[in-house]
Amino acid sequence: MAKTVAPKTKHADAPINAALTPEQKIELYRKMCRIRRFEQIALKHYNGGKMGGFLHLYIGQESVAVGCVSLMGENDHVITAYRDHGHGLAVGMGMNECMAELFGKKTGCSKGKGGSMHYFAPDKNYWGGHGIVAGQIPLGTGIAFGLKYKGLKGCCLAFMGDGAVNQGSVHEALNLAALFELPVVVIIENNGYSMGTSQKRSSAYASCLAERAAGYGIAWEQLNGEDVFEVRARVKVAMDRAHNESKPTVLEIATYRYYGHSVADANHKKYRTKEEIERYELEHDPISVLRGYLIKEKILTAAAATRIDQEALKEAEDAGVFAEQSPFPDPGELFDDVYWEVDNNTASGGTGRHFFND
Amino acid sequence: MRRISYRHALREAFDEELTRDPMVVLMGEEVAQYNGAYKVTEGLWNKWGDKRIVDTPISEAGFIGMGVGASMLGIRPVMELMFWSFYTVAWDQIINNAGMVRYMSGGLINCPIVVRGPANGGTGVGATHSHTPENIMASFPGMKCVCPATAYDAKGLMKAAIRDNDPVMFMENTLLYGEEWEVPENSELPDGELFIPLGVADIKLEGTDISFISHGRAVLTCLEAARILKEEHGISAEVVDLRSIRPLDEETIYESVRKTHRAICIDENKPFCGVGAQIASSIQLHCFDELDAPVLRVSSIDSPAFYSPPIEKIQLPYADVIVAKALSIC
Repeated sequence: MAKTVAPKTKHADAPINAALTPEQKIELYRKMCRIRRFEQIALKHYNGGKMGGFLHLYIGQESVAVGCVSLMGENDHVITAYRDHGHGLAVGMGMNECMAELFGKKTGCSKGKGGSMHYFAPDKNYWGGHGIVAGQIPLGTGIAFGLKYKGLKGCCLAFMGDGAVNQGSVHEALNLAALFELPVVVIIENNGYSMGTSQKRSSAYASCLAERAAGYGIAWEQLNGEDVFEVRARVKVAMDRAHNESKPTVLEIATYRYYGHSVADANHKKYRTKEEIERYELEHDPISVLRGYLIKEKILTAAAATRIDQEALKEAEDAGVFAEQSPFPDPGELFDDVYWEVDNNTASGGTGRHFFND
Repeated sequence: MRRISYRHALREAFDEELTRDPMVVLMGEEVAQYNGAYKVTEGLWNKWGDKRIVDTPISEAGFIGMGVGASMLGIRPVMELMFWSFYTVAWDQIINNAGMVRYMSGGLINCPIVVRGPANGGTGVGATHSHTPENIMASFPGMKCVCPATAYDAKGLMKAAIRDNDPVMFMENTLLYGEEWEVPENSELPDGELFIPLGVADIKLEGTDISFISHGRAVLTCLEAARILKEEHGISAEVVDLRSIRPLDEETIYESVRKTHRAICIDENKPFCGVGAQIASSIQLHCFDELDAPVLRVSSIDSPAFYSPPIEKIQLPYADVIVAKALSIC
């Protein structure tokens, strides 16, 4: 992890941040450390052959999920794409269930049926975890529709990467959000790379990607994601707009991922330089930025900050052990969770044949 | 008993469900102020207003996805595709999101959504607007798929589809919207309403010599073929209307075949992996010793939908084709 960098305090003084207790500020730090340590341990096990498929790491982007989720109230919801571990842990999913899902175990958050890209916790207002690029943006718009329909004062934070902005479903959803005045905050987590293709090589834009919202008459803003306080201060404005005016916003949050598009992305050090990655780690790492602030403000000592990080590491290692020791799903579970009516033994679930093996 | 049209029957189902459950909302292109492209939703916007009857832009991926998202939150959207053929541009939202989210979340989420609209050829609109995707939709575990042939079934099945807690793909037929059938008033029914569970087939005509297994408009073609067989050849055909493709009432099919010992699967799908292929496979597996002849199939002719009306007419199954096939094994 990077050494302490010069703390930025401008946004720490914003009312939404000034209102935080020292304990709440420490909690932001703890959550970011937990996400990073969780993923580092997940990577270790991925490389050890403990899991299949993809592993899209969020390392370097932690301040975005933690900052946004920390603003959520009872009727605020969140949905994201396949780089979903950070948002899951941020809303309060447990490391054990999350790690076990990666291992494909019965104890996983989706009982081993979803894998890395498909975490869900609707009890925590977290609606996934979606594998098809941008497919979640219409869903997030629908959650906002549902909130408005039910007369609830809330919003949906709908996340996507910068590579998703060129999918048609995003534009259809933005049109609907503006047309129906839906309380959705669409957040582009811009890590600069659409898989292996840089923003300049994948997207046409005037000044930035979020500006496309202007075409739909939607308010938009670009911000820097390395400072969790900046994320909170400016996402709050968009959430207030959703809550008070029932209007959408598009935010583009500049961030960076240290690793490839997925761990299987063997070329990630070819389409960008080693120096680029090191420079971000040294100067812009969101955990280091927050740590520096907490120490400077004497909210935490360096030793206490390290202790929190070590606790997160221990928790992640324990989650790895839990996942490893958990049983795989039973083949009998193949037919569970396909149909609600079948699972719940209703009359509808009991009429006619639902499965067609022989 | 009163006779009402297929579209009127659907409208009654919507109206009754809108009354019963405040979470039911109708959405789609032209469903509200325009009164529906096919007038299925006529008058509902006047009665229920903007909140319950929602016009959407021509944006199927967007608004179907919006409906799926709303359904995850407990809204019960009834989404109209002006043509089911437009499912192609909403594919990811229908299949991956409505169809898979329950499984991938380990059962934490369900989508009580209905996607409905006409799914048929025969109207001179060319291949892009003439798809019959019931076989495709029914091929995904997690999906349900319904194809009513009559006004009676359309009303009863629609009410079941709206109350179902899984995604139901409801396929209607523009050629049937104006046709009338007997549909009882609710006051004439013992339960006070017309409700037909998904997954229950219906014998539309009893017979002893051959079973026609069918769904949707093809059921009516089968009834016509059965009339000809009876009047001109003294052959008694039984017409089994599947009504629901998934869940599927296999027992009713097998009972019929065990009685008649001959079967033809008739549908307006294309032949390759059509619904009839699945049924024929199941019949040979479960009724092999009962069969006196190979199970035959009648499908739409295997080329994209032809525009020219006289050709298009013979591309879809018609009674003479079914009669000829029946005579070949009776």
